[in-house]
Amino acid sequence: MDITTLTIKQAHEALKNGDFTSVDLTKAYLERIKKSDLNSFLSFDEEFALNQAKEADKQIKSGNFGMLCGIPCAIKDAIMVEGQKCTSASKILENYVAPYNATVIKKLFEAGAVILGKTNLDEFAMGGSGENSVFGPTKNPNDKTRVAGGSSSGSAASVAGNEACFSLGSDTGGSIRLPSSFCGVVGLKPTYGAVSRYGLIAFGSSLDQIGPIAKNVEDAKIVFEAISGKDKMDATSTDYKFENSETNLEGLKIGVPKEYFVKGIDPEVEKIIREAIKKAENAGAKIVEISLPSVEFALACYYIIAPSEASANLARFDGIKYGLSAPAENLLDVYLKTKGQGFGAEVKRRIMIGTYTLSSGYYDAYYKKAQEVRELIKQDFAKAFGKVDLIFAPVSPVPAIKIGERTDDPLSMYLMDIYTVSVNLAGIPAISMPAGKMAHSTGSGQTDLSVGLQIIGNHFEENKILSVAEQMEKLLK
Amino acid sequence: MISREEVEHIAKLARLELTEKETEKMQKDLSAILDYFDLLKKAPKVKTQTVHAEKLIARKDEALLGDASCAEKLIAAAPDKKDDYIKVKAIF
Repeated sequence: MDITTLTIKQAHEALKNGDFTSVDLTKAYLERIKKSDLNSFLSFDEEFALNQAKEADKQIKSGNFGMLCGIPCAIKDAIMVEGQKCTSASKILENYVAPYNATVIKKLFEAGAVILGKTNLDEFAMGGSGENSVFGPTKNPNDKTRVAGGSSSGSAASVAGNEACFSLGSDTGGSIRLPSSFCGVVGLKPTYGAVSRYGLIAFGSSLDQIGPIAKNVEDAKIVFEAISGKDKMDATSTDYKFENSETNLEGLKIGVPKEYFVKGIDPEVEKIIREAIKKAENAGAKIVEISLPSVEFALACYYIIAPSEASANLARFDGIKYGLSAPAENLLDVYLKTKGQGFGAEVKRRIMIGTYTLSSGYYDAYYKKAQEVRELIKQDFAKAFGKVDLIFAPVSPVPAIKIGERTDDPLSMYLMDIYTVSVNLAGIPAISMPAGKMAHSTGSGQTDLSVGLQIIGNHFEENKILSVAEQMEKLLK
Repeated sequence: MISREEVEHIAKLARLELTEKETEKMQKDLSAILDYFDLLKKAPKVKTQTVHAEKLIARKDEALLGDASCAEKLIAAAPDKKDDYIKVKAIF
């Protein structure tokens, strides 16, 4: 048996039965990471991981241990783990060592989880394909000529490639759901405020959320329960306690937004999503066609708000407090040269967009207008959830694209986020779960490309999403 | 189409040094992206704005005792330092 293929629950049972130890399990993952050609990890520290595993084994021996104790995981390299490098896949933070633990990391340590290492991402979490990493793209485990999806590319690829039992990602406009969809794993973007962002390198502060990526829905639930809740270090975190509950598919009202099935969606993707919806209907759910008229504007709205916030958040990387500092004569040149040399093309583009849309003369036409449209999008969802319990939609209009396919055309890259960004703008939770695979012929034969189903819920209704996703998982097997 | 001067001006505001080639590509990319943003002109006006918080509360201005070793690590991360200070170039 390959123990790296186990789910959290299965590994937990095996640890309980003494089939193997956490050290055995950790070593098995480390071996896979060392042999991997996915480029999913940016760094890993064997000694650090094995010490945690030894501690976990002591705890397991005592008999008093939780579900995550001794379970090896991977962390997106935008989340700080004390004493470990935190690069955000940027040259500007290439040698930056995290001075403290993010709250989610503290919680994982308390639960006894074993941190294997830090995973690849689009630089500063900006991208949908994973190709914007200064350390090279993450490859899709299902087809290595294709992208893993972004920005949490390594977090999704490591779980899909059995290099970690679960991982943490962050989602500003789809960065957990897109790679989860492309790699065929489960990724949950929680409600804004459900999980503390303290220790996450900020991108778009009104949108960023940390969430789990896992092999199945149950695992995602276990991790979400462990990391969620109020944190005094993040004022936007809310007093929320996840409570497991059953929401039966039978009689459930599922909304299907007509705007998500228009021109631009790959017909194969549409077919797989429609079939998944049909299966829910056959299981007794009531399918209701709904309209979210303002989602048409969501992408434009998002690509103003997120870069605006990013341009402010990234101002801190000025060559004085962190990492890279370009030698220069005067202070202004230190700023200009450090940022010029330290940031990659996409990050520069977003800083430029954000600076432009916030600049005097353009603020009203862009930033202010986008804030108004964001309100319309929120109202659309509020109205929809007055009529339906959950919304089913695709995660992405396309399956994993070829590496290099869209890198020259930023706008075409942004279009991959068209079904995910509105959820972040509204602050609501959504999951991506495997809905099916589409066969794709390549030069050397055939590969199956994963397609994800997106289940969107109202604020703090993760329990509804997760319960229904667990039932869908069985139907889609 | 956004002008080259505008790109240079925005880059200066953003404290971003761009090479000749980058400026050229940025002009092209920004123009395409800004054109796409024109879509928002079609969006209807907002009638009601959601109230985000019933009342605004400022946090108490307390001095919280932190871990002293964290301060050392923060300073250690700075590229240029002397003793417990971060060194910055003269402004003028």
